[in-house]
Amino acid sequence: MSLTANAVSPSVPLVVEVTNLLKEVVTADTKLTILNNATFGVTAGDTVAVVGASGSGKSTLLGLMAGLDTPTSGDVKIDGVSIFGLDEDGRAKLRGERVGFVFQSFQLLPSLTALENVMLPLELAGAPNAGTRAQAILQRVGLGARMTHYPKQLSGGEQQRVAIARAFVTEPKLLFADEPTGNLDSKTGAAMVDLLFTLNREHGTTLILVTHDHTLARRCTRRLVIDNGVVIEGE
Amino acid sequence: MKIFLLSLKMLRRNWRAGEARVLIAALFVAVASVTTVGFFADRVEGALNRQANELIAADATLISDKPTRAAALSRAQALGLTSAQTTTFPSMVSGDVDKGQGVNLAEIKAVSSGFPLRGKLRISDATAAPDREAVGIPATGTVWVPDVLLARINASVGDTLKVGNSQLKIAALLTKEPDSVLEYFGVMPRVLLNEADLAATGLVQVGSRVTYRLLLAGDTASIQAFKAELAPTLVRGERIETVRDSRSEVRTALDRAQRFLGLATLLSVILAAVAVALAARRFSQRQVDSAAMMRCLGASQSDIFGLNFWQFVAFGIIAVLAGSLFGYIAQAVLGALLSQYFTVVLPPPSPTPVLQGALIGTTLLFGFTLPPLLALRKVSTLRVLRRDVNPLDATAVSAYILGFLTLLALIIWQAGDIKLGLIASAGFLIILAVAGGAGWLLINLAGRGRIAASGAWRYGIANMKRRSNSSLIQIIALGLGIMALLLLTLVRSDLIGAWQTKLKDGTANRFVINIQNDQVEKVATFYRENKLEASAADSLAPMIRGRLVAVNDAKILPTKYKDERARRLVEREFNLSWSQKLPDANRVVSGKFWTDENASEPSYSMEEGIAKTLGVSVGDTLTFDVAGTKYAAKVTNLRTVNWDNFKPNFFVIASPGLMKGLPASYISSFYLPEGREATINKLIGQFPNLTVIDMTAIMTQVRSISDQVGNAVSFVFLFTLAAGLVVLYAAIASTQDERVYDAAIMRTLGANRRQLMILQLAEFLAIGLLAGAVASAGALGLAMVLSEQVFGVPYEVNALIPLIGLVGGGLGVALAGLIGTRNALNTPPIAVIRSLA
Repeated sequence: MSLTANAVSPSVPLVVEVTNLLKEVVTADTKLTILNNATFGVTAGDTVAVVGASGSGKSTLLGLMAGLDTPTSGDVKIDGVSIFGLDEDGRAKLRGERVGFVFQSFQLLPSLTALENVMLPLELAGAPNAGTRAQAILQRVGLGARMTHYPKQLSGGEQQRVAIARAFVTEPKLLFADEPTGNLDSKTGAAMVDLLFTLNREHGTTLILVTHDHTLARRCTRRLVIDNGVVIEGE
Repeated sequence: MKIFLLSLKMLRRNWRAGEARVLIAALFVAVASVTTVGFFADRVEGALNRQANELIAADATLISDKPTRAAALSRAQALGLTSAQTTTFPSMVSGDVDKGQGVNLAEIKAVSSGFPLRGKLRISDATAAPDREAVGIPATGTVWVPDVLLARINASVGDTLKVGNSQLKIAALLTKEPDSVLEYFGVMPRVLLNEADLAATGLVQVGSRVTYRLLLAGDTASIQAFKAELAPTLVRGERIETVRDSRSEVRTALDRAQRFLGLATLLSVILAAVAVALAARRFSQRQVDSAAMMRCLGASQSDIFGLNFWQFVAFGIIAVLAGSLFGYIAQAVLGALLSQYFTVVLPPPSPTPVLQGALIGTTLLFGFTLPPLLALRKVSTLRVLRRDVNPLDATAVSAYILGFLTLLALIIWQAGDIKLGLIASAGFLIILAVAGGAGWLLINLAGRGRIAASGAWRYGIANMKRRSNSSLIQIIALGLGIMALLLLTLVRSDLIGAWQTKLKDGTANRFVINIQNDQVEKVATFYRENKLEASAADSLAPMIRGRLVAVNDAKILPTKYKDERARRLVEREFNLSWSQKLPDANRVVSGKFWTDENASEPSYSMEEGIAKTLGVSVGDTLTFDVAGTKYAAKVTNLRTVNWDNFKPNFFVIASPGLMKGLPASYISSFYLPEGREATINKLIGQFPNLTVIDMTAIMTQVRSISDQVGNAVSFVFLFTLAAGLVVLYAAIASTQDERVYDAAIMRTLGANRRQLMILQLAEFLAIGLLAGAVASAGALGLAMVLSEQVFGVPYEVNALIPLIGLVGGGLGVALAGLIGTRNALNTPPIAVIRSLA
């Protein structure tokens, strides 16, 4: 079940629990509030779209939930673990074990082939059969024939499929996606969304994505709208 | 272990993707140039030493006034050294008096088989006959003598010579004896005989003035070991000499040779360091996004460090192994190519250069990569969402401090000479600071001036200004690179030229000694009448034998001096001289030389080196004992002496007021052109008491050492050139990613190939010209300091340097830049934007 923004029920186990999250940045003469006391929770298997205008604080919220950034105050728990109670390495470990990412700009390592990019998170975790598992998921995303290609030899859609394969290969409980279709044409973008949701279903992953794309947002079970740093439950 | 194994995989992947090529190339060149130069310099130095050692016929000599101790000989044998012995003493020899042949004082030299250990004896059958290399030593019952002795006693080859109680047959004319040139102040004609004949002459008695020499030859380490072991056991009357201890001319030439090779190696190290620094910076910058992504994927800070650290260790190992192997092969090829220039066989190289190369490679690698590597750990993971967050500040001064400190330490160590090392380090730092300041100023000036430029030129200059940090680093790096190349090419030839002109044709090649007071005018007239060099008549200098007995009224006790050379100096008589004026090729370095006004006051002028050895400074009072009378005066000045000018030079010169009236014999030198040897016979005929010393052999030796060093340095220069090219490549590659991206954007906006090319050209030309300007100034300044302070030759400003620096720098960088970034023009924009999105 899902909870209304700004309200947390203590009785339901949450994958992500955001409490009074505040992010302010101090510029030369002013203090800018990017995220204003956001409080909400996300339960297992949810698909949540974070929407809002440019500069509304969507990516900041995603960065904070994933522990890529630190807040001015407030807390985020993943699987009940308060991530800001951990140090940088602790957060990295938690991400490695439970979190996957898909980015707008794909973020593939240019010096690694498609296969090596997908193997990397498994290798970092010291997981066995990295090669076989990476090959299987690349087959699954339709890139069986492009495994030895470098990112620069792949189209945008293919690069994003590699990124999705990399995100799912560790079978994370939670997947964050930042504008996953932002760099793709609408047809490729739609195919990518299908793939993302299919894999999400197959793996039972909780998906939180940031998007401008209303079609994509509508496919999610929940929508959170950010307006001037305030998070509210959408329609 | 997990991270170690993963880092090896990443290494393979990065290698395949070409990520580390520039870094490995820079490291490879660093190690290869240091080891090649090291190996080669090692061998050349060995060869030069060996060649110089011909002058003492050995690598080292134990000289004693008593027969060589058996212990010393057995120690030498135990160390695997080859040995020979000589016994020398003066004695009268005579021809067949019944035939009207005469009597003359000669130096008898009995030699054992194997003599000489270095160099060759040459003999001939008659005065005008061609000479040949001698096989072995005189057979028992025979002697070899120089033609001057035969002329004096009116004998010829085949006659007998009476030496003590023995009658020995004159079997050949001795035309060249390697170690004779060194003893030109005690010149008596030599009589070379077999040591087996010595006892029968009955000349060696208790109390005879006999000098025993144990000549030794072998590898440097064993020679050093022998010297080190024997030095503490030396008793009075014993000393060990190598060629460096005995001849100032040779020592100067050898020292310069070493410094030249040291300089070349040093510049290779500096260039390689610059290349490594640039390449490490680029590599680290390219790892920033990967590091941020890996942090997202769960890598800890120490994982990120470990992943990169082990890759760098592997780069280091690869570069050191490949570089050392290359260095070994290259020096072997060089050695083979150069062997024709050397009169002695190049000795095999020692393994030290490999260690040097390895140490330098790894030190440079970690000096310049550790700071950015540590910074990589702190890369914000937020970069995966926003690229502008926390870029790695690879231009921060802190990122280079460790590298620079490492480099300075390496410079001083590699220079192998504290003075050269300190000058090079100070020069390097000053140039770095000046290049940084000037580069920054020029970038800003050019930035302002761009309004006046048109089209693509304006964008080009604007680009340079926009990337001002990168541009500054490029200017400094290229400036250092071009400077090193200028210094080695042009300045090298200037330095060697200046040094060789001192030995140009016309340098004095004959010394005349024993000229008596009343003969001075007559000899000067003889020189003028026989059209000998104009300065010959002026070169007549008085020579007075004196012993230093007190410094500042304190009696000299040889035992007071720890320094062996100092002890020897005060034990023997000095050749003193007096002079109205400061002799040519002497330069006062402290105090003042007397003038016509105060020349009548008693004072001494001392050579700087000997003053240092004896601990004497300006203002100290020296007392010399000359024929029983003491002459005390203050030292009013210290001089440096140009020992390789082949003119009479003196450690101590007195003012005319102190010694003018004393009985003295005179010495002079002049240049005798080839084919005019008859003039010498005429001189001797007119003044039979004079001794003429032929300096040609030692001059040929010194000249050939300088020629060979010139060749060696030229070859070694090729490696410095390679290092310079890698710097150029690394500097250009350092901004390649930005350029490729900029070009893609410009092309998207409608720029054509030509416009892009002009844009790139403008930027590289501007950078090249700025680097060239910085380099020319640096090269001129360094050359001046190096030539005066280190090589001891006056430097004349070469007006071509700024021109070549500017034109060469500008065009070279522009051309290399265009070639290096041609990808930017040829890659389809969409591919670039996609890959860098």
